[in-house]
Amino acid sequence: MRFDRLWRGRLLRSAGALTVMAGLMLGAPLVEAKTFRMAFQGNLNTLDPYTINETFTHAMNGSYYEGLTRRGPDLTIIPGLAERWELVEPTRWRFHLRKNVKFHGGEAFTADDVLFSAERIRQPNSDLKARIPADAQFVKVDDFTVDVVLKTPNPILIADWDTFYVMSKAWTEKNNASEVVSAKATTPGFTTLNANGTGPFSVVSHQPGVKTVLKANPGWWNAAKKDYNIDEVVFTPIANDATRVAALLSGEVDWADPIPPQDQERVNSSPTTSMLAGPETRTIYLGMDQMRDKLVPPAEVPGDKNPFKDVRVRKAMFLAIDEDAIASRIMRGLARPSALMIDPNLVDKYGKDFVRPKSDPAQSEKLFDEAGYPRVGGAQGTRFTVGLDCPNDRYVNDAAICQAVIGMLARVGVKVVPIIQPRAQYFAKILAGGGYNSNFYLLGWTPGTNDSHNVLTQIVGCRDEKGSGGRGVANVAGYCNPKIEELAQKVLVETNTDVRAGLVRDAWKLLVDDWGYIPLHQQALAWGISKKVKMAQRPDNIVMLYHVQLAD
Amino acid sequence: MTVVHPTAGRSLWRSLVDSDMLHAFLRSRLTVVAALLTLTYLLAALLAPLIAPTNPYDTASLSLLDSSLPPAWSAQGDPKYLLGTDDQGRDILSTILYGLRISIGVGVVSVALAAMVGIALGVVAGYVGGRVDAVIMRLAEVQLAFPAILIALFLDGTVRSIWPLLKQEDIAFTVIVAALALDNWAKYARTVRGSTLVEKNRDYVQAARVIGLRPIAIMWRHVLPNVLGPVLVIATINFALAILAEATLSFLGVGFPPTKPSLGTLIRIGNNFLFSGEWWITLFPGITLALLVLAVNILGDWLRDALNPRLR
Repeated sequence: MRFDRLWRGRLLRSAGALTVMAGLMLGAPLVEAKTFRMAFQGNLNTLDPYTINETFTHAMNGSYYEGLTRRGPDLTIIPGLAERWELVEPTRWRFHLRKNVKFHGGEAFTADDVLFSAERIRQPNSDLKARIPADAQFVKVDDFTVDVVLKTPNPILIADWDTFYVMSKAWTEKNNASEVVSAKATTPGFTTLNANGTGPFSVVSHQPGVKTVLKANPGWWNAAKKDYNIDEVVFTPIANDATRVAALLSGEVDWADPIPPQDQERVNSSPTTSMLAGPETRTIYLGMDQMRDKLVPPAEVPGDKNPFKDVRVRKAMFLAIDEDAIASRIMRGLARPSALMIDPNLVDKYGKDFVRPKSDPAQSEKLFDEAGYPRVGGAQGTRFTVGLDCPNDRYVNDAAICQAVIGMLARVGVKVVPIIQPRAQYFAKILAGGGYNSNFYLLGWTPGTNDSHNVLTQIVGCRDEKGSGGRGVANVAGYCNPKIEELAQKVLVETNTDVRAGLVRDAWKLLVDDWGYIPLHQQALAWGISKKVKMAQRPDNIVMLYHVQLAD
Repeated sequence: MTVVHPTAGRSLWRSLVDSDMLHAFLRSRLTVVAALLTLTYLLAALLAPLIAPTNPYDTASLSLLDSSLPPAWSAQGDPKYLLGTDDQGRDILSTILYGLRISIGVGVVSVALAAMVGIALGVVAGYVGGRVDAVIMRLAEVQLAFPAILIALFLDGTVRSIWPLLKQEDIAFTVIVAALALDNWAKYARTVRGSTLVEKNRDYVQAARVIGLRPIAIMWRHVLPNVLGPVLVIATINFALAILAEATLSFLGVGFPPTKPSLGTLIRIGNNFLFSGEWWITLFPGITLALLVLAVNILGDWLRDALNPRLR
């Protein structure tokens, strides 16, 4: 044993010396691996690309998985695993796949992988069902050509396919991982912890909630034209705002998101760090369950009714909330109050026509009274009690916003019980996987297509109880308006931009008049970066690791 | 029957004034200050609803427009809020006063609970011995093997998942007290068992046994009063530790709901604003907590010295 260890030590030492000597002899400087260290407020809960439809997960998964299409730094759609595509006829799309592409595990990429992924993403457990219309058929023409056959024309079919990542059929089946891991699952599946994509990076190790390490993939099909110079990525979740900011300031990480509004000045004034800020297309909003006849616990409503089914109650809730105060105080001006459930800049022509009604607690109280929910027990009494589901590590100052909302509603006599949780538990509870178990919640949404139609179908579109079929899959509130459904259908196929803009405006008008949701604001992007880093920032908050340049 | 105890005729007050303890107490100025400080804290906690300028737990009275105001003496301060406000517009002074109620309440109740359970089990284990002693002491050892915070987190998580959400605000206090009491009973039990082992072979206990008193009566009337000295010391120190543990749990976000901030919660909130220069949210509750724990610890130290003849 001792001899063994002695020998190993000697061997190692001489090997080390040899390397150093070789380096000196060749005159080549010993290049240190460039590591990009990043900290986000939440965990990377899953590597399975279909478990949860959430921006940060997509961003990370998008550095080792790839879709048929990609989006560039300016959000334009560019070819990904599909070299090119064409419309053979209005209901038949043809995709020509890239040849000589290999997965990290060495499997060759072919049409079978696309067909497999298209089937997998539409499984009941998938949170990305809406990426592909339920009745779309994927047909293999040859090994590198796939046709997508639709029932009805869909000009924006591929608008959010940049996050429909293609998995290897052979690898997934070999590891018995064909079934999508549900967001609600309590034990991780194989695909939760392992990934095998075609992308610019591959996963070295993944410890959920602790650390994820990626390394550059030298065999990437686009390696010749790559726009990054980092060799390694280390991701660590840091939930506490102050700790995350401190990690950035001290140089422990090169990228931190989000930097809370109150600390942005500090980050900017440091000689080593700066803010990378810009408008984000994410809308933060409150939803109220309008589907169930009786609210889920915790709730106490006179007569055990669902108060949110009454439009007067919804309007009263809306008017009770002082968004201007939230934007100026909690967000410190780094949020734009929104009248719509979408960034008005993404609404053609009429986006700016909508104005957010000012908060009016007096009228709110009157509406509650009219709707039959008087204060019980005097002028300070409670009208009804509901729970508010809220994440504390997903959006900028999310828990503080929820607390403010609780105070504002208390002032008009609605008692709100806070259910503030980390985003893993939060999403598992309120989304399809948890049976939409919420009566009042705070959520944020970025339309993957940068278009109203996405919001009108996925958040405003009617859903059944389980959200199956993909329609209204993120419509936790269960809001449903047949007239908007009809308009959304027309919006999808309308090609005349003026007519389409009018249809979109009409749909939004219907939702606003119905007080169906309470949009709050669009938050600003708030990345803090080291001054050594050069990277592109996309308004949908997708971090593109393959556009990161790190100076020495 | 005719034998009279030498001190029987004097009042309790008299014997207290004449005792060494009071003498030692008055001689140490630090202890007097600590006692006064503790008393002030107790009064402040007790009278919080009467003396606090606002009720920070009444969410309806909070205004975001008053949020993050600095203390009254600085340029942007508002005289209405002496120590400033937090990010939700809560008055820091009022929140500290209400937070003290929680802290001291948790300390007193959890220590009392742990002491009661621990002393009872300790006396029984020491006096009865044998198998009973073995079982109780092994239990205590298992208990001591788990870090206190871990037990509290575990209990909090379990209760939260089974208790109806609507009632969770009401049980936060109970859960924390139960968790801290569960953490601490073993320390009392071990100490008391040790003292009991010594006392049970003393002559007065043997005498009591000879005249045929039942074991319960011996334990209660003869052993118990003589093993309480060290317990008092542990209790004081544990009281301070319990207050810190509550602050830690609340700092970690598992203690009291965000709408009812305790001192620990307030420090956690303020922690997020330190970089932006809003120091008052975290500093004032921090000082309050530190002074309270310090004062109680000094009292505990003095008590240990006073009760230990060898240190006199």
